[in-house]
Amino acid sequence: MTPLLDVLAVVLLLVGLVFVLGGTLGLVRLPDLFSRAHATGKCDSVGVGSILLGVALLGGLQAGDLKLLLLLLLSLVSGPTTAHALARAGHRTGLPVWRRRDRGDA
Amino acid sequence: MTNLLWVSATALLVLAFACLWRADVGPTIQDRLLAVNVAGTKAMAVLVLMAAIAGHAFLIDVAIVYALLNLVITLAATRYIESGRLRSESPADELPVRAEGPG
Repeated sequence: MTPLLDVLAVVLLLVGLVFVLGGTLGLVRLPDLFSRAHATGKCDSVGVGSILLGVALLGGLQAGDLKLLLLLLLSLVSGPTTAHALARAGHRTGLPVWRRRDRGDA
Repeated sequence: MTNLLWVSATALLVLAFACLWRADVGPTIQDRLLAVNVAGTKAMAVLVLMAAIAGHAFLIDVAIVYALLNLVITLAATRYIESGRLRSESPADELPVRAEGPG
């Protein structure tokens, strides 16, 4: 039972690292705030979420892992909330949206 | 197993530095906030990984506090950027500012 959980934990850790890498690439490379928030809002919550789940599953489920699941729930709520708040702040303060014709400067 | 945790924590730290680059050059204040928020989320994941590596359970509590602070800081800052005030959307709901002192 425990080796199966450990394999699952390693797979979740690797998947989480790939998603975090994707979100960070989006944050660094994409041209405006809205696309950056789009990239990080999804990839970061999935990536960090599966890293947390992998650490919780590591070595079998114990009572102390309940706190990790709580932290996972918190990060799953707070990631989309902050991304939405940032995008709304950008929209209401009138940030220009990147169009395809602006391709030269990004 | 511990090696994998070390590699994950190191990779997360490198990616957090990439986020800090965006926080440095990001053209708008919202970009900087987004980058700092993502870097804080990564730092929270690094804290959890350190708790699993070293076996210190209290680092998970530190990570929870970090995540809560990250959420509250970002929400308050975006609210301030959006409306210029922290309390409410409309000025009528603001607490009255005492302009005149007693006497």
